[in-house]
Amino acid sequence: MNYVSETIWLAIGTFLALLGAAYAHDSLFAAHMWVLFFVLLVSTIILLRRMSFAPASWDANTQPESQYFDEVIRYGAIATVFWGVVGFLVGVVIALQLAFPDLNIEPWFNFGRMRPLHTSGVIFAFGGNALLATSFYVVQRTCRARLFGGNLAWYVFWGYQLFIVMAATGYLLGITQGREYAEPEWYVDLFLTIVWVGYLAVFLGTILNRKEPHIYVANWFYLGFIVTIAMLHIVNNLAVPSSFLGVKSYSAFSGVQDALTQWWYGHNAVGFFLTAGFLGMMYYFIPKQVNRPVYSYRLSIIHFWALIFMYIWAGPHHLHYTALPDWAQTLGMVFSVMLWMPSWGGMINGLMTLSGAWDKIRTDPIVRMMVMAVAFYGMATFEGPMMSIKAVNSLSHYTDWTIGHVHSGALGWNGLITFGAIYYMVPKLWNRERLYSVRMVNWHFWLATLGIVIYAAVMWVAGVQQGLMWREYDSQGFLVYSFAETVAAMVPYYVLRAVGGGLYLAGALIMAFNITMTILGHQRREAPIAGSLTQAPALQAAE
Amino acid sequence: MPDKHIDDVSGVETTGHEWDGIRELNNPMPRWWIYTFYATILWALAYTVLYPAWPMLTDATKGVFGYSSRAELAADVNAAKVAQGAVLEKISNSSLEDIVADPQLAQFATAGGAAAFRVNCTPCHGTGAAGGQGYPNLNDDDWLWGGDINSIYQTIAHGIRDPADQETRISEMPAFADILQPEEVRQVAAYVTSLTGTPGDVSLVEPGKQVFADNCASCHGENAGGHRELGGPNLADAIWLKVEGEAEIAAQVRSPKHGVMPAWEGRLGDATVKQLAVYIHSLGGGE
Repeated sequence: MNYVSETIWLAIGTFLALLGAAYAHDSLFAAHMWVLFFVLLVSTIILLRRMSFAPASWDANTQPESQYFDEVIRYGAIATVFWGVVGFLVGVVIALQLAFPDLNIEPWFNFGRMRPLHTSGVIFAFGGNALLATSFYVVQRTCRARLFGGNLAWYVFWGYQLFIVMAATGYLLGITQGREYAEPEWYVDLFLTIVWVGYLAVFLGTILNRKEPHIYVANWFYLGFIVTIAMLHIVNNLAVPSSFLGVKSYSAFSGVQDALTQWWYGHNAVGFFLTAGFLGMMYYFIPKQVNRPVYSYRLSIIHFWALIFMYIWAGPHHLHYTALPDWAQTLGMVFSVMLWMPSWGGMINGLMTLSGAWDKIRTDPIVRMMVMAVAFYGMATFEGPMMSIKAVNSLSHYTDWTIGHVHSGALGWNGLITFGAIYYMVPKLWNRERLYSVRMVNWHFWLATLGIVIYAAVMWVAGVQQGLMWREYDSQGFLVYSFAETVAAMVPYYVLRAVGGGLYLAGALIMAFNITMTILGHQRREAPIAGSLTQAPALQAAE
Repeated sequence: MPDKHIDDVSGVETTGHEWDGIRELNNPMPRWWIYTFYATILWALAYTVLYPAWPMLTDATKGVFGYSSRAELAADVNAAKVAQGAVLEKISNSSLEDIVADPQLAQFATAGGAAAFRVNCTPCHGTGAAGGQGYPNLNDDDWLWGGDINSIYQTIAHGIRDPADQETRISEMPAFADILQPEEVRQVAAYVTSLTGTPGDVSLVEPGKQVFADNCASCHGENAGGHRELGGPNLADAIWLKVEGEAEIAAQVRSPKHGVMPAWEGRLGDATVKQLAVYIHSLGGGE
């Protein structure tokens, strides 16, 4: 198959990157454009080498339009596993940097630059690819329609990878607009906007082409995620570049308005990227893996609309006791508390879908993984509203408790549900009878769960201790601890946190191996999981 | 009408739709779920009546309680100030000797000085006031500018070599690279080393002693015991602030490094500086 116009566009892009490097107004922009130039150059060469100059034959042009477009999902599954391992690895590295400051390597690999690399790596590279791949997988099957837009899905996938590479290299070079989870500068933001519009077109087009009369609940969540993220991304990144050939831009907002815009974005990145999108994943893969109907259709409708309506107001709870007016703090807090049940609606529907098949938790490690994901989801979405209450927040804010909260959600919910979806999809995508090893899934499950429990428990203790030390006054009204003492007190927790993260990374490496072997078509000879009937060994003839 | 279907396992009717083999049961929402949801909504409404919440045209509703986080903070700060006010005023109006003599004042000043020290002084002098290379240890009795409480107060209030303070303590050791011959620098470094250790070349000590007497004794004292009025450090003890070993001593003679301590009186106020002086004085080296 020839990608003539794509190759030409890539070549033009490569040339523009070269011009950008040549005429850059600052050295960082030049460096970043050189990165872009080499990435695009290699991509162009790869496409050129795949070009076939033979006369167009009949079969080369007949795409089987009736079949699902799964090749891009295969790439997406591999990208998810790859970026997952990279993101977790960087996470372990920065955890160690906090525990052992000598590991900060100036200037490119210090904590300040590695931290956004970790957060963007796990949220946008790992989580984003998981959402891309699973949404393409789910929407086609639940709509009984091929992905809309032909090669547009390829453009979305590769465009998104380019965004990841530009964001990651930008962080290490020191290019940032200093907005948490929205660090890339204006030109990378613009590019992502174009890619995202393509994503929306593919997804919405497929839904419009559906052959089912109704839209499945998973697709509501995916669509809610895609539309809202577009809105959040555009508004929070409204900025004026100081030069069209330079990295620096200035936000359209200032002061507390700027802070509120950022946390409106930041909180809803959690709400719509990490919650709504992944609920879409849950609503397809749990019923499929346990082979049971979704528990309650009515619950899914009510909790969907309640979640969508309420999440968008909850951002101000990130700015309690700041310059933000009291009324906005109040609204942020009460909407967060009202969000508790709408969030739990997803947990109930996920868990209760297992009714009639509870035994699968014992026999199927993939189901076990998904159930643990939903359990962590329920825990994190209880903890979140609790932490948004001002009295609790005055203790927890700015401490490592927040880090613990985020990770019980991210590692527990987003990570485990993604692993479950990957384990479900990969054998089907590559036409394998089963995974290379189910026992390795079990190992992955226990390593990941143990890692999360260590991580979250340690950060809770660390955060509460930190918060109490900060506010400790003696009987005469004097502060008891210096800030440096509260930092020094964190060292043992930071070391233990790195241990928890290391276990989680070890589980992900086992998954990477298992998935690779499955794709290569191997099957490990192993005894089935106890109690499992799916792979009972053939009876041996008695001697 | 969709084709209704009864799930065999639960006996519950489905909605009649099917997507890629997935059906949906027509279970009602769990009661406890919906009532808890209602309860949070009612609680939220009540909270927004009691506290500032709803934005209007020009201002937001104030809430029945009239709460404001700024007022709460101001009240907390005020309460803290009132609680300490009387003692702080006594400290402001008392001499350092009187503060130390009064057990109640001394205890308060020591605690307050320790708190101020943790916030302002630990970055250089360390959490335990033990200092580090270039930053004096405040626990021992080796004082550059004097260890009685008034000298300590003077040092904290006006700093050392602070260009912004008129009364700051100043001692500038000249760069002897311009004054002495290289050989003489080596000799005097050997002599200074010999006071607390063993120099590399013992034969340099004797001529070094003469160089010291001619050039250094005026500030560091005849026997290198230091000269506090001039801020000349004692070189005859084994306590070294900036240098370690003969080579570094020679380097310091040729081109000396000078530390700077900022003046704190303008920043912290007299009462806090007094408390700091009481605290530092109490650490063990106070004279």
